[in-house]
Amino acid sequence: MNGIHDMGGLHGFGRVEVETNEPVFHERWEARVFGIVQSLGGANIDAGRHSIERLDPVTYLRNGYYGRWLAALERTLRDVGILSDEELRARKRRRRRAGKAVRPPTTPASAWKPSPGIDYARRVERPALFRDGQTVRTRNHQPPGHTRLPAYARCRRGTILHRHAAMVYPDDHAHGRGENPQYLYTVRFDGRELWGDAAEPGTVVLLDLFEPYLEPA
Amino acid sequence: MSAGHHHDDDLAVRVEALEALLVEKGLVDSGVVDEIIRHYEQDVGPMNGARVVARAWVDPAYKARLLADGTAAVAELGYAGREGAHVRVVENEPGVHNVVVCSLCSCYPWSLLGLPPGWYKSPAYRSRVVHEPRAVLAEVGLDLPASVEIRVWDSSAEVRYLVLPERPRDTDGLSEAELARLVSRDAMIGVAQAGNPDAQRG
Repeated sequence: MNGIHDMGGLHGFGRVEVETNEPVFHERWEARVFGIVQSLGGANIDAGRHSIERLDPVTYLRNGYYGRWLAALERTLRDVGILSDEELRARKRRRRRAGKAVRPPTTPASAWKPSPGIDYARRVERPALFRDGQTVRTRNHQPPGHTRLPAYARCRRGTILHRHAAMVYPDDHAHGRGENPQYLYTVRFDGRELWGDAAEPGTVVLLDLFEPYLEPA
Repeated sequence: MSAGHHHDDDLAVRVEALEALLVEKGLVDSGVVDEIIRHYEQDVGPMNGARVVARAWVDPAYKARLLADGTAAVAELGYAGREGAHVRVVENEPGVHNVVVCSLCSCYPWSLLGLPPGWYKSPAYRSRVVHEPRAVLAEVGLDLPASVEIRVWDSSAEVRYLVLPERPRDTDGLSEAELARLVSRDAMIGVAQAGNPDAQRG
C-alpha cells in the first residue's frame, strides 16, 4: 500500500540524531509492548507489518516505533474480537483511580525460550525466471495491501546480483492467502536510476525483491 | 528528532491496562514478558556480531564460509533466532563501503546485534540513507572519499544484513577477544569503521 511507512526518499525528516549510550528501551511501557507482542507469537510477520502500515499516518508517526506496535496491537485485538474499546477504556479508568500500577499475577517459573527463528525459505519446483547478471525492470506494482517493493524502486532498471531460495510471498501471506512462495533476488540499482539528478555519485542500492515484482528489461 | 522518547503517562497507563486485560484473558503471562525483556536487554546485543567479525578477521576459512552462507556460519557460533533466520554478511573492502537500512519498517539482525537503536528506526535515517548515504554517513561522523562506492542494503525481505568491517591496521598482535572489542554496533550496520573509539557508542 502507498503509506507513510514507505519512507525511502521522502524529504523533510531532518538530521539523523544519534544518542550516545542509548538503553535498549527508553521507557518501561516500550519494553512491555515489545514483550507482549513477542509473547503473543507473531507467527505471521507479514500480517503484523501490515497492521502497522495500516495505521493512519499521524498515529504511525506520533509515538515512535513502540507506539506504532502498541497502536497496531490494540487494533488487531479489537479486529479479532479479543478486546473491545470499552474494556480498554474501563480498565484505564480503573488504573487511573487506583493511582498506581497494580501488577497482574504472574506464574512463577517462566516457560519462555528464545525462538529458533522462522525459516521463510520454501522449495518450489518451477525454474527461476531470472539469472544472475540479468537486467530487469521492476513492475509498477502498487497493490492496496501489503507489499515489499518500495515506491522508490518501482519502474526502475536494475541487475540481478544474487538469487536466494524461494521464500514466503508477503503480498499474499499478509492477507491470509497462503504462503505462495516466490523466488527472491537481490537486485542492484544505480543511484542515478533511482534518484536522477539528485543521486550522489558512486552510490548503489540493493533490494531483496520477489519474482512477481520483476519483469525482463 | 529523538525517535523513541515518549515520557507520556498516558502511554504507560494504556499499556498497563492492555497487559492486565490480556493476562486476565489468559493470553499473556507477565512473567514471560519479563523474561523476554530480560533476554533482549541482556543476552543478545552487538557482542554477538562482534564475535562473528573477529572470528572472520583471524580465520580466513571462517570468513569464506561467512561470506558464502552467513546463516550457517553464524550458526556455528550459536547465533540464530528471531530476525536472524536468513543472514547475509557483506564485506567492506578498499573502495567499497556497505551500509544497512530497512526503509519500509525497521528490519535488523536481532540475533547478531540485539534490538536496533533509535536512529536506525527514525524516519530521518529510513528516508535518507537510501537516497543520500554519503551525506547521512558524514552527518553521523563517517566521511568517505568520493572514490569509495557506497552500497546501501535496504532489507526489504527476510534476509538480514551484517556488515563485515575492514580490520583496523596495526592490530596483528591482538587476540580474537581483543579484536571483538574494536567492533562496534555501528560498524556492523555500516555507519562507522571498526576500531574507531569514537564509534563505540552502543
